Amino acid sequence: MFLKDYIKDVYGAVKSLLTGMRLTGYYFTHPKEIITQQYPDNRDTLKMAERFRGEVVMLHDENNEHACTGCSACELACPNGTIKIINKFDITPEGKKKKAIDTFVYHLELCTMCNLCVMACPTDAIKMAQTFEHSVFDRNKLTKKLNHDGSKLREGVE
Amino acid sequence: MFSFHGITSSVQTWLNNTFNPTITVMIESVIVILLAIALFAALGLVLVIMERRVAAFMQIRLGPNRVGPWGLLQSTADTLKLIMKEGLTPDGADKFLFNLAPFIVMIVAMLILAPIGFAKDFQIWDINIGVLYLSAISSISVIGILMAGWASNNKYSLMGAMRSGAQIVSYELSAGLSVLSIVVLTGSLKLSDIVASQENGWWIFKGHIPAIIAFVIFIIAATAETNRAPFDLAEAESELTAGFHTEYSGMKFALFFLAEYINIFIVCAIGATLFFGGWMPFHVGSWEGFNHIMDYIPSSVWFFGKTFFLIFVIMWFRWTFPRLRIDQLLNLEWKYLLPISMFNLLLMTIIAIMGWHF
Repeated sequence: MFLKDYIKDVYGAVKSLLTGMRLTGYYFTHPKEIITQQYPDNRDTLKMAERFRGEVVMLHDENNEHACTGCSACELACPNGTIKIINKFDITPEGKKKKAIDTFVYHLELCTMCNLCVMACPTDAIKMAQTFEHSVFDRNKLTKKLNHDGSKLREGVE
Repeated sequence: MFSFHGITSSVQTWLNNTFNPTITVMIESVIVILLAIALFAALGLVLVIMERRVAAFMQIRLGPNRVGPWGLLQSTADTLKLIMKEGLTPDGADKFLFNLAPFIVMIVAMLILAPIGFAKDFQIWDINIGVLYLSAISSISVIGILMAGWASNNKYSLMGAMRSGAQIVSYELSAGLSVLSIVVLTGSLKLSDIVASQENGWWIFKGHIPAIIAFVIFIIAATAETNRAPFDLAEAESELTAGFHTEYSGMKFALFFLAEYINIFIVCAIGATLFFGGWMPFHVGSWEGFNHIMDYIPSSVWFFGKTFFLIFVIMWFRWTFPRLRIDQLLNLEWKYLLPISMFNLLLMTIIAIMGWHF
């Protein structure tokens, strides 16, 4: 009985080791499985993963209109004070005051790419972009204004 | 046809005609030393880059591919870097032993080179107790490792060195027994006789299943004796930083690193000599035409081809298997490899006595 278990042990060990070696042998003989990205060389053809989060951007359409109402839900959602929203009040033709966004300040150097602001946004005005080459020589350049100059709120977005 | 034997004999006749015998022997010794050092340097560079590329391909990576064509000069650049670095000796270390240890490890690796036949009639020292010499010398390297670990005055170094000692002492047994099973078949300890006995077929084919079992045990024990994964407890990075060479830097570290790769080459060369016929071409029984074609490949190419194949297998082990715990390591040796190799030796002896091998 002991001998039977012993032989079974040896057989199982050899079999499991050979299974492992078959997998690494398969990888060795199939170079097309290699997943290394040769980054600076393949910059033009580089495909980022869909879930990759590089920085927060605000979406603008062709009329330079965005969907940000200035509700500052993103500012409240941000865990480390990355976003600061400065509002202004426009006068509508009817003579009423209407809240609008003046500057959407985004501190890239503080951002942890947690995606909470994007999830908090009620009008889907902001999203995560896939750019990742963020290095600059002056850290003031990391503080960005997300709304374009002269842009305004898209009609119908409340 | 190219052969090392022709070169060596013509050099010897020229030296004999020019100088008297004493000076001839001295000049030949110098030539042999230079060749051995050159072989070491070349092997170190080639094996390091080979290891890194093989590892990369097995882990679905690319590996070093920037320095030189296909990254081939990477190890040269690393060596240059190591030469220029400072060889630090820690304050609390035993300075003499600390600086001596890397050289002992290297000298042992050089000594083992002596009886290995690299090509037909191309051997430094054809000693009649070759196999005994190999197993005797190879166990000296543990002294260098223990010396390094003790002299470093560092707990990780000492633990790594003790583990390495336990490991080499235990695995030497099964390595010796599996080597013995080939000696039983050949009836000679002389490496050139062992190679000559495989003219009509390598022992791994001629010796039936016991030879294959002996080979498997040999390659496991060889992996353990060279302190390579899955038996790299002596330098387990995650537990002991770098084991016995934690405190070494610069060229002294490089000597340890080089000695590791040289030892791999040597154990693989021994494995190739014993089980795969050394420099003997691949011959199949009575296929005259086939055998003649195989004879056209130079014997040195056969030897290095087989050795590098075995080195590749050992690298394959390293990048596939996880590291063993110390109790698992000793279990494997004393409860599995040693009984199996003893039983295997008995079987092999029966085969040899009854003449059942080809």
